[in-house]
Amino acid sequence: MKRTLEWQIATLKAVKQETPKVKTFTLALPDWMPHAAGQHYDVRLTAPDGYQAQRSYSIASEPERAGEIDLTVEVIEDGEVSTYMHEALEVGDKLELRGPIGGYFVWRAEMGGPLLLIGGGSGIVPLMSMLRHRARSGSKVPARLLYSLRTPSDVIYADELRRLGQPGTSLEVFLTFTRARPDGWKGYARRIDREMLNEVVAPLGRSPRAYICGPTLLVETAADLLTQIGVPGQLIRTERFGPTGGIS
Amino acid sequence: MADNFISRGFLGKRRQPEQAGRVPPGQYVTPDFPVLSAGPTPHIKLDQWAFSLEGFDRQPVRWTWEEFLKLPAEKYTVDIHCVTKWTKLDTEWEGVSVDTLLTHFDLDLRANFATVFSYGDYTTNLPLSDLVRGQAFIGYKYGGQPLAAEHGGPARLVVPHLYFWKSAKWVHGIRFMEHDQAGFWESLGYHDRGDPWKEQRYQGD
Repeated sequence: MKRTLEWQIATLKAVKQETPKVKTFTLALPDWMPHAAGQHYDVRLTAPDGYQAQRSYSIASEPERAGEIDLTVEVIEDGEVSTYMHEALEVGDKLELRGPIGGYFVWRAEMGGPLLLIGGGSGIVPLMSMLRHRARSGSKVPARLLYSLRTPSDVIYADELRRLGQPGTSLEVFLTFTRARPDGWKGYARRIDREMLNEVVAPLGRSPRAYICGPTLLVETAADLLTQIGVPGQLIRTERFGPTGGIS
Repeated sequence: MADNFISRGFLGKRRQPEQAGRVPPGQYVTPDFPVLSAGPTPHIKLDQWAFSLEGFDRQPVRWTWEEFLKLPAEKYTVDIHCVTKWTKLDTEWEGVSVDTLLTHFDLDLRANFATVFSYGDYTTNLPLSDLVRGQAFIGYKYGGQPLAAEHGGPARLVVPHLYFWKSAKWVHGIRFMEHDQAGFWESLGYHDRGDPWKEQRYQGD
């Protein structure tokens, strides 16, 4: 991390609509370097009069994919950078960014497990990078993802999560819906609480490596509950996500 | 290398003229007070809270919560800037100036730097020159109310002229040193000093 983080001009290769409010942007980087799952890039927009706006976005892709990254971005109402990316940016356009940034909310396969991932809404993005890295690196550490969503149409990466968490793999995916649930849904349908966390955590033992990313209330609640359950504080890493998400 | 780059079709949101000169480059103004921290929020009982100044071979000076509240407090209205790009204007605090605290401590003449340490093992480093002359305080009230735990309560350091990760939450004490020693984020690639007006976000900025 001693090297200077230089700005570089990436080229937008592809855009995928993940949910009504979320898109994934695949960017080709001239000066790509492998990131650690959980890290982010800073995006900088420059207007003709020199005005600049910057935001941080988590990397969704795994570090094994050379030369390009995926940034999954939720459009924020009245947002400046997310709105530009969603509404103005087209395949072939250039986008200025620098990274990878952040060295604490990261998981590398050699850190081992078991792995407990807790995400709310678009807080799934850095956790998805960890799951993709886990799959691509051949890691077999037991992993459980608890993913909290408002409604069924908010689920990002639904198909891929289903595939990664197929029976017989050592990953189990739990969804919980807080406002509206799918028809016939038999899983969780409430905010994350102690009982839910106990059920999800128990098979992993008391010392999983825990990563929690989402809105402040979810992160605060889940981190407090994990501490009460007995997970050591040093194993719990948090990242807030949302209009102002990031690190500090 | 990326000089003169213009983002096609980007004009930027209309800027508020009254905010001109108050928002550092790359920052945007938010009415919220976002919560950012690397791990679980420590919940510190007030009767177990303590704050100390230490360093070199000096006798540390230590305050309990009750003692700390008796120190002369001041009110501050300051703009704060987080490295994650948000800026919050006119935040209102109450707390004790680091200058006031230092009148109780026999500071070694070799002291050039400080490590601020927190409950929950967070640390951050600053040059002494950024902590004195009215530039830093230990804040325990925000908006007239006791500082909430998720914002760093019972008390946090506030150094408004530097990026807000320097304003250590759940502050437990300050250790003075001759040489600079990187803190938590500073050893993970973030800038050693963190001046928002110079955009010192990461190492090398």
